[in-house]
Amino acid sequence: MSLSIRLRHAFPAARLDVAFEVPSPGVTVLFGPSGAGKSTIILAAAGLLRPDACRIEVNGQVMADTDANIWLPPERRRAGLVFQDPKLFPHMSVATNLRFGMRRALARGFLGTVRFDDIVELLGVGALLGRRPHTLSGGERQRVAIGRALVAQPDLLLMDEPLASLDAARNGEILPYLTRLKTALRLPVLYVTHDLDEAARLADSMVLIEAGRVVAFGSLAEVVARADLPLAQRDDAGALLHCRIVAHDAGRELTRLEGGGATFWVPLLDGAVASQYRIRIPAREVILAGRAPDAISLHNIIPGTVRRIAADTGRRTVMVEIALPEGALLARVTPDAVARLGLAPGGPVLALIKSTSIEVLGG
Amino acid sequence: MLPPVVTGWLPLILFGVRGPIGSLLLEWFDIRLVFTSAGASLACAVMTFPVMVRAVRLSLEATDPGLDQAARTLGAGRLDRLFHVTLPLASPGILVGAIVAYATCLGEFGAVITFAANIPGQTQTLPLAIYAALQVPGGEARAAELSLVALTLALIGLLLSEWIGKRLNAALGR
Repeated sequence: MSLSIRLRHAFPAARLDVAFEVPSPGVTVLFGPSGAGKSTIILAAAGLLRPDACRIEVNGQVMADTDANIWLPPERRRAGLVFQDPKLFPHMSVATNLRFGMRRALARGFLGTVRFDDIVELLGVGALLGRRPHTLSGGERQRVAIGRALVAQPDLLLMDEPLASLDAARNGEILPYLTRLKTALRLPVLYVTHDLDEAARLADSMVLIEAGRVVAFGSLAEVVARADLPLAQRDDAGALLHCRIVAHDAGRELTRLEGGGATFWVPLLDGAVASQYRIRIPAREVILAGRAPDAISLHNIIPGTVRRIAADTGRRTVMVEIALPEGALLARVTPDAVARLGLAPGGPVLALIKSTSIEVLGG
Repeated sequence: MLPPVVTGWLPLILFGVRGPIGSLLLEWFDIRLVFTSAGASLACAVMTFPVMVRAVRLSLEATDPGLDQAARTLGAGRLDRLFHVTLPLASPGILVGAIVAYATCLGEFGAVITFAANIPGQTQTLPLAIYAALQVPGGEARAAELSLVALTLALIGLLLSEWIGKRLNAALGR
């Protein structure tokens, strides 16, 4: 199961020319500034916008191929789409909304693996079934919209900034549902966002799009920790590592995590030993050292190798990419620090990270 | 706006017993429209057609095209979407338009008298009856009675359309 997209489209003021493969199952985040062409890709994949040239293949089935004159309309694509706005049918109850796509899929003889009751349970919409969309909160509406797309037994799920219209609190209300769904679903998910935090929590892989082109494509950890990509220019730039709990030290109120081939201490977590976590280490929180200091409150002294030193445009700082046995860290430091430590690609370095600076993002 | 008399006269030319359509109808189906109640209905339909079209168009334009797109991605074809999404969403406008059109028919004068004449019990509309009553000496009392009926009907029509419009829109969460 996979999704491959090749697409070319000329707008009056911009051009879009991208090609990438979305692994399945898993969430692939399309990330980039507004106007980069992310939504166009989603709409083309859904069949709602016909680009100048494109080839879209889902699980070996060709949805569109302009060279061969193939263009399946949206209603025959089985591509679930969740818009920024929930777009629930106002004249139907929540239950009827949820079943809208499912009934049509069954009528066409599509027997999927997604069960209605499971999705209702996963999204926590059981208590809302008899209600009308206009009586729901924004977050509830979006959960129903996601459920409606999923129970229609889609071959792929497309999400175009599903959290953008919600305030931060509602955002936090939906994200846990999405992470739960993510592990339960066995289909490719293409997810558009320009929120790095959202991407860090949900993405398995990332397609970085800028000015209509794919700048980078790879696993999330790989893409966010590259000093030479536009992501590293952001204020909130930082590395992401997939970790698991190795041990709890209840006496010291610390938890030991292992990931990227390194060990990290963080304030005590609730999760059981061996459970998976994502951690984000902001580049501005990482201190570099030539040798380990003593008598210091710090818990994490991580040895690594300098891989890249990239200039920070618009700042008087540089971004240092530090290779770990698996994965990488980013550190934003001054050029003076680089000079004093004599840092150069290939040289050893110690990354000092406060346990409280590590953001633990959950599964 | 075309004067109603003109609107009544054009069908008279087309559907009259010697008109291009009227003669065929009479010959093939033995249907006569002029000076019959069916003719009065036709004249009213022609008169209220623009009102209906406007009401339907406005309510169609007011529906969110995103809902149609959502229905498409959920596997609904063209007719499916028309009957399950577009029409239900436009229903308040269509119903209110129908009530207003009905009320307008009740008050139709010029088109009916031109096309279907003023035959009591067959093609006589309320205003035609009032007019006829006023032509007879001492008919004022009858005219006043009929005017009261007209007033009541207009009021009921107005309130009904308001009420239905509100109820349907509330059901749609507007």
